Amino acid sequence: MKSVKHKILVLSGKGGVGKSTFSAHLAHGLAEDENTQVALLDIDICGPSIPKIMGLEGEQVHQSGSGWSPVFLEDNLGVMSVGFLLSSPDDAVIWRGPKKNGMIKQFLRDVDWGGVDYLIVDTPPGTSDEHLSVVQYLAAAHIDGAVIITTPQEVSLQDVRKEISFCHKVKLPIIGVVENMSGFICPKCQKESQIFPPTTGGAEAMCQDLKIPLLGKVPLDPRIGKSCDKGQSFLVEAPDSPATVAYRSIIQRIQEFCSQRLPEGENLVGS
Amino acid sequence: MLRAQGRAVHQGDSGWVPVFVDREQSISLMSVGFLLEQPDEALVWRGPRKNALIKQFVSDVAWGQLDYLVVDTPPGTSDEHMAVVDALRPYSPLGALVVTTPQAVSVGDVRRELTFCRKVGLRVIGLVENMSGFVCPHCSECTNVFSKGGGEELARHAGVPFLGSVPLDPELTQSLEDGRDFIQDFPDSPAFPALSSIAQKILSETPVGLS
Repeated sequence: MKSVKHKILVLSGKGGVGKSTFSAHLAHGLAEDENTQVALLDIDICGPSIPKIMGLEGEQVHQSGSGWSPVFLEDNLGVMSVGFLLSSPDDAVIWRGPKKNGMIKQFLRDVDWGGVDYLIVDTPPGTSDEHLSVVQYLAAAHIDGAVIITTPQEVSLQDVRKEISFCHKVKLPIIGVVENMSGFICPKCQKESQIFPPTTGGAEAMCQDLKIPLLGKVPLDPRIGKSCDKGQSFLVEAPDSPATVAYRSIIQRIQEFCSQRLPEGENLVGS
Repeated sequence: MLRAQGRAVHQGDSGWVPVFVDREQSISLMSVGFLLEQPDEALVWRGPRKNALIKQFVSDVAWGQLDYLVVDTPPGTSDEHMAVVDALRPYSPLGALVVTTPQAVSVGDVRRELTFCRKVGLRVIGLVENMSGFVCPHCSECTNVFSKGGGEELARHAGVPFLGSVPLDPELTQSLEDGRDFIQDFPDSPAFPALSSIAQKILSETPVGLS
């Protein structure tokens, strides 16, 4: 991990809020600058969606003298997932906690990431083995922070508050919250609907209440799901979508947060 | 979602007393949510602790006479899933209801869930395709927000019954947020016929004379 400058965890309290979609597009967005080295690590051991979303299904991981090689989508974008270790799309990973933890340790220790500017870690929903393990294993290496994904309704926010509580418990800084599936524009009449209504004020109210940054709100665009299914970057497929605009602004805010954190070994001026 | 937040679980003579969520006392509920001191408290537990609680939920709760026990699980094929299958095995579960959303990324994970069911000897009652289309309340145009048809195709591919597609309905979400009985309050919703039909199919699956 010494060669990795910034480490970002993508968390959610709830499943199905768009965490993997966000992680993938954060990676795509950062890697658009070919001078930025990006690594995407998928630690959702039971539901590894990242290979499909990144258009890398069927790829294999290779062993070399310096460790496991990630699968490179671009020269500057490497990906690792348990999905690459499974031989069939029907294979189920029926593992208890300790075995999952072992895999995560291997991913962090044995993958030869090379020199990386941003390591993005996509997690399964919840606050259990995977989350504890990745925080513990990366503790010495300083995680920049966590981005927490939610949808607008209270049932989702309730779980996000637990996720925030987890971050405080394990002293993981919070970069901010992203409200996903925030409004839907009908392609026919162009009127907006709230498919997942923000019954208690949405992420905005929660973030104000808990004094945590709201990084942005991403509206529902059916093209996002389609891009993910095809393994394409939505940012490239639909550059004019309000969702793309939202994503880009959120990615910029994350970069700004990370650049304020000093890399390892550098001292504060004057101290 | 069942408007039972803040309720407490009590110890009775024959075990923990589940929380009734309706006046008729036809639906009882047990959840770790009832055991938390604060609603925002994070339960940062590893597998073994979760397994132990799940075992207790099956053996130490005084469920009483039940026609149906419905078990809601987190996503995945891990500790919770193995624990609940093990705990319920002596009671011959009817099977698993597997839920997916239509798009390929979701179906990709659910394929693995079906493999899990097969490996642990859990019959699949059927597959449901959720969030299947959204009807705009302004102009009635139906948009496939998360694609369409992936669930039905998966059921066909895996040889399991397809129970139906449930469309996205903000009124359903709203009901769950308010803890209302959706079927009572929104019988005209496009989601209602789908949910009703799925419930009927499951009822018709129940063997006659099951004690």
